Amino acid sequence: MTDTSHGTGGLTFDNSKRSWPNEMNILLALIIIVVIFEILGQVLPYMNNQSFLFDTRDRFDTIFNEARLQIIILQVAIIGIIALGVTQVIITAGIDLSSGPLVAATAMIAMSFAQTELVNGNPNPKAIFGTWAMDLPVIVPVVIGLMFGAFIGAVNGTFVAYFRIPPFIATLGMFLICRGIALWWSSGRPVSFPTESYKFLGSGMMPVVWFLGLAVIFHIILKYTVYGKHTYAIGSNEEAARMSGINVRRHKVMVYMIASMLAAFAGVVLSAKASTAQAGMGEFYELFAIAMAVIGGISLTGGRGSIIGTVLGAMVLGVIRSGFTFVKLDGSYQLMAMGGIIIAAVILDQYRQRNRA
Amino acid sequence: MSDDIVLKTNDLTKHYGGVHALEGANFELRKGEHVAIMGDNGAGKSTFVRQITGVEQRTRGKVWLYGEEVSFAGPLEAREHGVETVFQTLALADDLDVPDNLFLGRERTYANWLGPFRLLDYKSMRQSTIDALNRTGVKIPNIRNTIQNMSGGQRQCVAIARTATFHSKLTIMDEPTAALGVQETAQVENIIRTLKEEGEPLILISHNMRQVMDLVDRIVVFRRGQIVANLRKEDTDGQDVVAYITGAKTGAEYEGAA
Repeated sequence: MTDTSHGTGGLTFDNSKRSWPNEMNILLALIIIVVIFEILGQVLPYMNNQSFLFDTRDRFDTIFNEARLQIIILQVAIIGIIALGVTQVIITAGIDLSSGPLVAATAMIAMSFAQTELVNGNPNPKAIFGTWAMDLPVIVPVVIGLMFGAFIGAVNGTFVAYFRIPPFIATLGMFLICRGIALWWSSGRPVSFPTESYKFLGSGMMPVVWFLGLAVIFHIILKYTVYGKHTYAIGSNEEAARMSGINVRRHKVMVYMIASMLAAFAGVVLSAKASTAQAGMGEFYELFAIAMAVIGGISLTGGRGSIIGTVLGAMVLGVIRSGFTFVKLDGSYQLMAMGGIIIAAVILDQYRQRNRA
Repeated sequence: MSDDIVLKTNDLTKHYGGVHALEGANFELRKGEHVAIMGDNGAGKSTFVRQITGVEQRTRGKVWLYGEEVSFAGPLEAREHGVETVFQTLALADDLDVPDNLFLGRERTYANWLGPFRLLDYKSMRQSTIDALNRTGVKIPNIRNTIQNMSGGQRQCVAIARTATFHSKLTIMDEPTAALGVQETAQVENIIRTLKEEGEPLILISHNMRQVMDLVDRIVVFRRGQIVANLRKEDTDGQDVVAYITGAKTGAEYEGAA
């Protein structure tokens, strides 16, 4: 600082604080976890030198074990769709607990408009409505599902933004309401036998296509549009956002609506994948979706986080799940490990934040 | 009304329930003029500003901006009319960078048919940010850095640069240097001088007597919600102003007011 004519003296800028993007840390963590499983596959006596990620048996002309890669991402894709929405809610310093039951409620409702009239020549035994609701074009159940999601999201958002109910409470209430709707819809009976075109929405790798496609779209939206900028601004400093003329309330309603529509879409995909809808579907999905966002480096106090982070957070959970199966440890260990990793992610993040300021 | 009056208020009043925070304020600001508002805590300074900028709705009274009677529904509307405010509490979003904060709430966009999903014109906003910082002489090494990584002085400069970006018709600063160190205060004062050279009218709320005597043309003193003095800098000194602030003296034309 040689030029002090404008009194800049004393203001310096430490280049070393230039942020190494948070997403790189998660990517690093992901790689470390993969390496750990790779090593475990080599050293554990009962593993017979299996490789976690690579195709070592030379049966196919591939480098990676593609089946495992597919499973890693497929098993987190549907919850990942929810996580894309909850990421946006958390960026505004909110939370959405209602997404899991919303998945079930939407699955029930959408599936009711996606049934086939005849199953093996007999009338559909799980029919909810009369024949007028049978064999409808696939767009009908999807739109109905999304509209239901939008409605639930609008209610969530209205309670949070206009009635100033804490997001935790508002969406906890909606959590119970949606589970209730799912049970009430068909008196607890499953809804089954969808049309072929509906099944296609969840068949094979389609959930992954939806997840990654929507991730790209929402990455662009959060980074390059006014909607995204205002979402970050509200979470960062709601007062400043208001003073800057942002319609904070309306924007929050929009964020909750988008999040619930994504959860509703996850319900459509899940029911299409399972070819059935049951009231108990989507249990703990809301918590795993939040966990993905948290592992992805989001701050629960708002303003920080990204879609890329959340996608990587989903991958971390997917790798851990596959990895524990790979080393033949059952689900109980998986849950304990996931819990530990979620807490570790937050501790690391707080440590990073402290060192920054 | 003469053409060179930027802002005029008549009988501007704000009651919070039974509390008369502001009572019958008559105020004038002329083109290119820098006016300081002084007064003890709770004297009504910030309340006065909030009525003008539409952050709150006044109980009664009228406000004219460049001869046009205005009643802003909110700060954004005030801003659209060219009234820029640097608030006591910095209205900055910590997790966003400098251009984002400068243009918050009025982003430059394209593909506007996309509604809320219209695209941000980052390039143009960054260039304008650099221009504004140059204009005000603010030096921030990396405008892409988020606000949370900046010092109090840099933050305040960003908040002030916001007013310069949009060629405001009236700038209001509510204690811009209250939380700053000596050098940072000097930087902010330099920006204020730059605004003066460019003939941009300013209302400065400050407790700092030296600063006020240094920077402004005229001092308006508030006490218990009322204006009790309107002093040209040449006709007064620090002790005199303090006498008005504490209530030891009341301006002749305001006799019986407080």
